[in-house]
Amino acid sequence: MTWVLIALLVVPLVGALVVSFLRKDDAKAKLVALAFSVVELVLAVLLWTAYKPSSGERLQLQFGVDWIPAFGVRLSFGIDGIALVMIAVIALLIPLVIGAGWTEKLPAGRSQGGYLALILVQEAVTVAVFAATDVFLFYVLFEVMLIPMYFLIGGYGGARRQYAAVKFFLYSFLGGLIMLASAIGAYAMASDELGKGTFDWATLVTVVRDADATTQTWLFLGFFLAFAIKAPLVPFHTWLPDAAAEAPIGVTVIVVGILDKVGTFGMLRYLLPMFPTASKNLAPLVLVLAVAGVLYGSLLATGQRDMKRFLAYVSIAHFGFIALGIFSFTSQAGVGSVSYMLNHSVSTGMLILVIGMVIARGGSSKIADYGGMSKVAPLLAGMLLLSGLTTLSLPGTNSFVSEFLVLIGSFPTQPVYTIIATVGMVLAALYVLWLYQRVMTGPLRGDALVGAAAGPGAVGDPEKKTAIGDLNRREIAVLAPLVVIVLALGFFPQPVLDVITPSVGATLTEVGVTDPVSVQEGK
Amino acid sequence: MNLLVAQAQQIEAPQIDYGAIAPLLVVLGAACMSVLLEALLPKHQRWAVQLVLTLGTLVGATGALIFYATSERPAQGVATLAGAIAVDSPSLFLWATLLVLAFGSVLLIADRSVEPGGAFVAQAAIRPGTIQDRAQATKTGMQTEVFPLTLFALGGMMTFVASNDLLTMFVALEVLSLPLYLMCGLARRRRLLSQEAAVKYFLLGAFASAFFLYGVALLYGYAGSVKLSAIATAAAGTDRSDTLLFAGFGLLVVGLLFKAAVGPFHSWTPDVYQGAPTPVTAFMAACTKVAAFGGILRVLTVAFENTQWEWRGVLYGVAVVSMVIGAVLGLTQTDVKRMIAYSSVAHAGFLLIGSIALTPEGTAPGVSATLFYLLAYGFTTIAAFGIVSLVRNSDGEATHLSQWAGLAKRSPIVAGVFTFLLLALAGIPLTSGFIGKFVVFSAAIEAGLAPLVVIALVASAVAAFFYLRVIVLMYFSEPAPDGPTVTVPGAFTTIAITLGAVVTLVLGLWPTFVLDWAGTGTFLS
Repeated sequence: MTWVLIALLVVPLVGALVVSFLRKDDAKAKLVALAFSVVELVLAVLLWTAYKPSSGERLQLQFGVDWIPAFGVRLSFGIDGIALVMIAVIALLIPLVIGAGWTEKLPAGRSQGGYLALILVQEAVTVAVFAATDVFLFYVLFEVMLIPMYFLIGGYGGARRQYAAVKFFLYSFLGGLIMLASAIGAYAMASDELGKGTFDWATLVTVVRDADATTQTWLFLGFFLAFAIKAPLVPFHTWLPDAAAEAPIGVTVIVVGILDKVGTFGMLRYLLPMFPTASKNLAPLVLVLAVAGVLYGSLLATGQRDMKRFLAYVSIAHFGFIALGIFSFTSQAGVGSVSYMLNHSVSTGMLILVIGMVIARGGSSKIADYGGMSKVAPLLAGMLLLSGLTTLSLPGTNSFVSEFLVLIGSFPTQPVYTIIATVGMVLAALYVLWLYQRVMTGPLRGDALVGAAAGPGAVGDPEKKTAIGDLNRREIAVLAPLVVIVLALGFFPQPVLDVITPSVGATLTEVGVTDPVSVQEGK
Repeated sequence: MNLLVAQAQQIEAPQIDYGAIAPLLVVLGAACMSVLLEALLPKHQRWAVQLVLTLGTLVGATGALIFYATSERPAQGVATLAGAIAVDSPSLFLWATLLVLAFGSVLLIADRSVEPGGAFVAQAAIRPGTIQDRAQATKTGMQTEVFPLTLFALGGMMTFVASNDLLTMFVALEVLSLPLYLMCGLARRRRLLSQEAAVKYFLLGAFASAFFLYGVALLYGYAGSVKLSAIATAAAGTDRSDTLLFAGFGLLVVGLLFKAAVGPFHSWTPDVYQGAPTPVTAFMAACTKVAAFGGILRVLTVAFENTQWEWRGVLYGVAVVSMVIGAVLGLTQTDVKRMIAYSSVAHAGFLLIGSIALTPEGTAPGVSATLFYLLAYGFTTIAAFGIVSLVRNSDGEATHLSQWAGLAKRSPIVAGVFTFLLLALAGIPLTSGFIGKFVVFSAAIEAGLAPLVVIALVASAVAAFFYLRVIVLMYFSEPAPDGPTVTVPGAFTTIAITLGAVVTLVLGLWPTFVLDWAGTGTFLS
């Protein structure tokens, strides 16, 4: 079944190539890109069935060829449960993003062909990042991942897109370079110990995890900086609000829903197994940043006037939760964090898409430009409410399961941090419901809905026909799968947890911690 | 009288390994022939004949090099011409690098399609701004002396990287420098700027040569010989004066760092890069860098390897200064040629890291890394300057960055290739620039220079900003209405740019072949 993984890496690239030749014909480009992304989704489903969580093998479906033998670098790929979940969610979101942006107007002089080709390249590279099992290859893809995104933000974004694109690129590039220094350090240790250098992840883990605490600390910090910028943790987060606000809405889904996960994925795959001693010693540092992120993100989300920046701060708060779960070192919290990574992609992805539909109707991302929209678009209002509720982790939605697991899993080892982070749940209710209230309830109002000509404070008449319509069939088709997943995983998360649990367990074994309470009680 | 004859008979002619130095002889011989042709041929025939001769020479020298490299030869290399020239694996690698880079540069120099009649002035002696000058601006002839000058400079560079004693090295330094000074002043457009560049380069270069020579004198006083190996022997555990050794070393290195455009000895670089005709800038940026670092590598690893703990701290500092100057001052540049000049200063800092990466055990992991970096950097730079020469308005090249706005709309291919080259200069993976940085930094970490590597990485990130700025301008800005046009290049420039870009890509994807080749041997000591 290795061919599935190979196909997952190749199909989007082929798609990108084909689409890039269709720059003259927007309609055809969209269809072809959608077709390729659906094929990718089917492949991801096959991958899910090919992965055997209970087989006891950490990395499955592995394959590789030599790339630079002089440095022991191989093009090697393979997946564990965590990578599988992330790959699946990418494959799920990309067709939805293409569908949601079907009628979106691109800046003058830009073609759908170029835009969609970049999105497909982004998909291929991101899948490869999660599947890479060679540290050098991971680094290479980690940096290459920036290039299509740089052009997506810079070429198709809003007014300050140049600034946002360069800021995004430089932050991640710097983090990546520091990680490269650490990776070379680990490589040097391996060549000392084994006589021949290698970047193979599994081999490096066995070499580096026994290093002395000082070395580990330095190497840890190099990797950590890259992941903390990517995730992003406060105070390395400032690129995200700009990138999220300036990017076109589909690209915001990819940045917030997918790219960011590389940071937390890297913590689980690289930081914990490679540097167990340093991870334990420096956990308080990470936990402080995580909890600060929860509170800071929540407070700033509450205060945002722009919906897209609002989304960025919501994500920062959620990444605080994920990091809290990872660095609490219990399998419950770990499983919670990984499922949070999945659920955050689904819930926040849905929230972004819904807000994108709001913005597509009003033509503005300012919250103050909207009001009482449920009068004219009740279905859209319902979707905003549902995606908001899953974002604030209402029981019965998918996010509740993961947030709850993180909190009860973290409490036994980190009670103080957990209690502080719980405040974030309360604030989540505040920022989500207040947004909903301002945009959807009350009389129809706001410049975007009743027109600036009506003057400030003007109130629209819902009976009168406005240009603002409710969800059309395409939009319903885009949101329906997400609604199903939100509810299905809310009530029946076990299939996902079963895939994640063995990999998280293996990660924690590599750190060398045992659970204070038994995790498997529920099963 | 008899006495004199007897003395003369005692001097034995040195053994010469003609096979080993054949590439050098071909280049220098052709350079002399080229001068003769310049004197004898009628004006209208010169360009074609000189071009064929020059390209033929480069191909012939490369052939001789390949023949020698693949034949039976001593693995550690040979010292020939009474030990003045060392032909070892690094020499051969550097010669090959210089020859292929010179091939690309000569193609740019020979191009007459981009600028009608070529980038060089028809008669350099006419004063700028006079009536004669305006008259000659409309003529299409060009100064074909640039071809023999290039060959002489190349011959000097090849001798420089293979010199096994300091005196040969000094002569080679002059042979490579003097033609370059002249070539800088030959621009057809903006002649005052070009001549200013030539004078600046000449004056500062003369100072640097003096430093170098003074260093040689002091080291001779110290070791009693100018041979690199003799200096190494003398420095290994004797009670001679350390003052002479380190004063000599310091002065010598200043001369070398000047040629390599390492900060803080870089002050000529931006002005000369900007003023010189762009093909000459490409030649200087690629080949001079290779030659200078080839010399630095040989001097450091052969002559001063066992005193590394005394001088490493100093060059450590120089590398930091160079990277910081290149990265920070590069941010403020508004001219694309000056920007690449500062980028080259930053790259010189990275190269210096590789050059000082010596381990206590006496191995030099940095040598093969630096060799690879030089090759990769040279090709990227030649292609980049090739593209700079294409973007023009009515006054010649449009080098001001604001004129590059929206270039991607008008000529997507040129903008795409330039973007790729800029990403390579920034060191983004899947380009040769990244592999170069990676091998240099790995070597440095192996040699215990981890803090320097971290500084270098931060400098890379800062430098990435100004490369990105150009990409932003080309792709995300609206073109100015009276902006420059992109000339459709003729065959020569197209080949040079394609060669540079393809090598940049190939070395980024499959570097193994060149890495293995760069690592085949060490310097002869």
